[in-house]
Amino acid sequence: MFKVFKTRFEQGYRTMKYPKEPVVLPPSYRGLPVLHSDCDAEVVNKCAAACPQDCINSKNGSIDLGRCLFCGICERVSDGKFVTFSQNFELGSAQREKLITSTGSLPDLAAHSKKHFKKLFGRSLQLRQVCAGGCNNCEADINVLATPAYDLSRFGISYVASPRHADGIHVTGPVTRNMKSALLAAFEAVPAPRVVIASGACAISGGPFFGSSEVSAGLDSIIPVDLYIPGCPPHPLTTLHALLRFFK
Amino acid sequence: MLNLMPIINGKAVKRADLPVFEFEQFREKLLEISRYGYIVQFFGYEDDNKLFVLAVMRLENQLLAGCARLPESYPSLTIKRPKFNLFERELAEQFGVRPLGHPWLKMIRYQPNWRQRPDVFGNNYKEDIPGRYPYFKVEGEEIHEVAVGPVHAGIIEPGHFRFQCAGERVLHLEISHGYQHRGIERLLIKSAPLRRPFIVENIAGDTAMANSISYSQAIEALGGLTVSPEAMTVRTIALELERLANHVGDLGAMSGDVAFTPPAAFFGRIRGEFLNLLLLLSGNRFGKGLIRPGGTVLPTGKMELAAIKAKINELRPEIDHCIELLLTAHTVLSRFEQCGIVSREAAEGLGLVGPAGRASWQSYDARRDFPVERYADLPPCPWEHPTGDVLARARIRAAEISHSFDCLNILLASGGRTETIIRPETHKLAPSAMVVTINEAWRGELSHCLLTDAEGKIIRYKVKDPSFHNWSGLAMALRDEEISDFPINNKSFNLSYCGMDL
Repeated sequence: MFKVFKTRFEQGYRTMKYPKEPVVLPPSYRGLPVLHSDCDAEVVNKCAAACPQDCINSKNGSIDLGRCLFCGICERVSDGKFVTFSQNFELGSAQREKLITSTGSLPDLAAHSKKHFKKLFGRSLQLRQVCAGGCNNCEADINVLATPAYDLSRFGISYVASPRHADGIHVTGPVTRNMKSALLAAFEAVPAPRVVIASGACAISGGPFFGSSEVSAGLDSIIPVDLYIPGCPPHPLTTLHALLRFFK
Repeated sequence: MLNLMPIINGKAVKRADLPVFEFEQFREKLLEISRYGYIVQFFGYEDDNKLFVLAVMRLENQLLAGCARLPESYPSLTIKRPKFNLFERELAEQFGVRPLGHPWLKMIRYQPNWRQRPDVFGNNYKEDIPGRYPYFKVEGEEIHEVAVGPVHAGIIEPGHFRFQCAGERVLHLEISHGYQHRGIERLLIKSAPLRRPFIVENIAGDTAMANSISYSQAIEALGGLTVSPEAMTVRTIALELERLANHVGDLGAMSGDVAFTPPAAFFGRIRGEFLNLLLLLSGNRFGKGLIRPGGTVLPTGKMELAAIKAKINELRPEIDHCIELLLTAHTVLSRFEQCGIVSREAAEGLGLVGPAGRASWQSYDARRDFPVERYADLPPCPWEHPTGDVLARARIRAAEISHSFDCLNILLASGGRTETIIRPETHKLAPSAMVVTINEAWRGELSHCLLTDAEGKIIRYKVKDPSFHNWSGLAMALRDEEISDFPINNKSFNLSYCGMDL
């Protein structure tokens, strides 16, 4: 018992002040890209050719954040002339098409969220997470929200074991052919009104697995999605911001 | 008489030099070697419309390779050596060949075979998984069955567990996979070369560093690329940070599963600190985007190395205290001790690898036996007094954490300054060659094997995650245990579903 107290004392209080106080991520973190529209067309073409995810449209100089893995190749290839990645982790969007940006800015999530969700779930939100393929990073960084550093339950948001107890599903992974029916069963088991969240490049667009016959082209090709959270995986702060901004 | 050819970890060989056996002779040879040796790779490939099987065996610290024409059916090796079980089932699933007399011939990932042959398992793939196939059933009046998954109660990957129980006692556990199957092996061949490193990083995200290193070493061997010692240091640092994050996280999860919450909370937070160090190196919390064939592609300077050094100095005593808290609490010990024992015989017979193997008297450690990157310069991980139970698996994690810290101290002292590098992903690969890479990922031996054709195009990309060996270990651990002890046993192994399903 003494050891428990001693270790507890050593560990101290670790929960971050976000969202009351801003968090600054290290410069190496690649968040919301800033696009330079005055960039030479040739440089944009070079970036588009180097992108492993085909997410740069060289015609209008836009990036699809729903496909982007935030690997930073385009920044290195263009030497920062076409794109630089900022440390802004606020990437959530209520509409798929808004994730395709040629300015590097996203509309405020709060303005685009469905108002009735705020009313229904603003004070208490229970989500059922469904992993439908993917690499387990998205799940790992959702789990992190339950650690003392983020302490998600202080916002009245928690992840529950049964879809029957949930207000919605939080889906990760490219929806493999072998997970599709289990995912739909979990979705059907959530009582309406329900919310659907697609988290990570895989759930939004198939991610790095696009083109494989074993995965879908994204969750919204199967069921309608209310909230998209980009990243590979989304930083826990990206998820936290999206949940707070969309529901609170 | 023809013998298997000794090969070296991460060195390419000409495919023409590989001994090609008659299948019957090959089978005898493999049975002989696998009496004391283990399987690193055993997979099929098509070349010139002919079907071959290639084996890479591990005998002490030697690697032996050979191949043979694969007949449409052949007498199973599993009957004599259970370690072939999943390898033969995979072969049957991918190529539609039948191992005759295989005691439990079921598919692994639920996919039609790649040669449009009649299905070996009698599955109709128009039906969704789980299709129509039997589970091992125990019969009797008192027997009941418990089915769990694919959607589990936590935020974890999908898989299906089928328990045959007598009351609380588990008589048999069968584990079904395939829900995470993304078709990675074939996608790696058909997609553009610049996509490959990204697909590899996402085979299993918690093993992104080990997978990237295994892929990079293979391309470096086939493409004749050299890696600077500094870049090798950074890669080894990244691999050790990945190991630390996962072991620390797992000790926390095991603590949580026996309802001892203080270490669960502490370890959970500390795990994140290691991910943040990977973020510092790579811009991604799992290190994605850092390691590429030829070295690393992002700059690492004095500042990053000093920050890592400062952080690990701060975390090491904290972790030591949390481990002491966990492994001296009698409530924890009474749950961990003598729980989920995997005997030496079972571990040997199944060929368990990594910490789970070492907890059951299997000393094999790829860092020691086939050192690559900087491991030849680093001390071996101490390994003593295994007991085969949950406690042994927890203690091995604790020992590896301490060893990782020692390694990081040596690596950080040797410096690892690297620059931003822009390198195209189009490397010219050696024609008609083969390479096998082996790395000790945090779960154990991870191996990639690549074969090229006469034009230097990759014709087969084989990935073997350590979980491929170790899932059978988890099933053995549960024999005769209470079903309520499943969670701690599961966490003590913490195997990969996506690494298994590919």
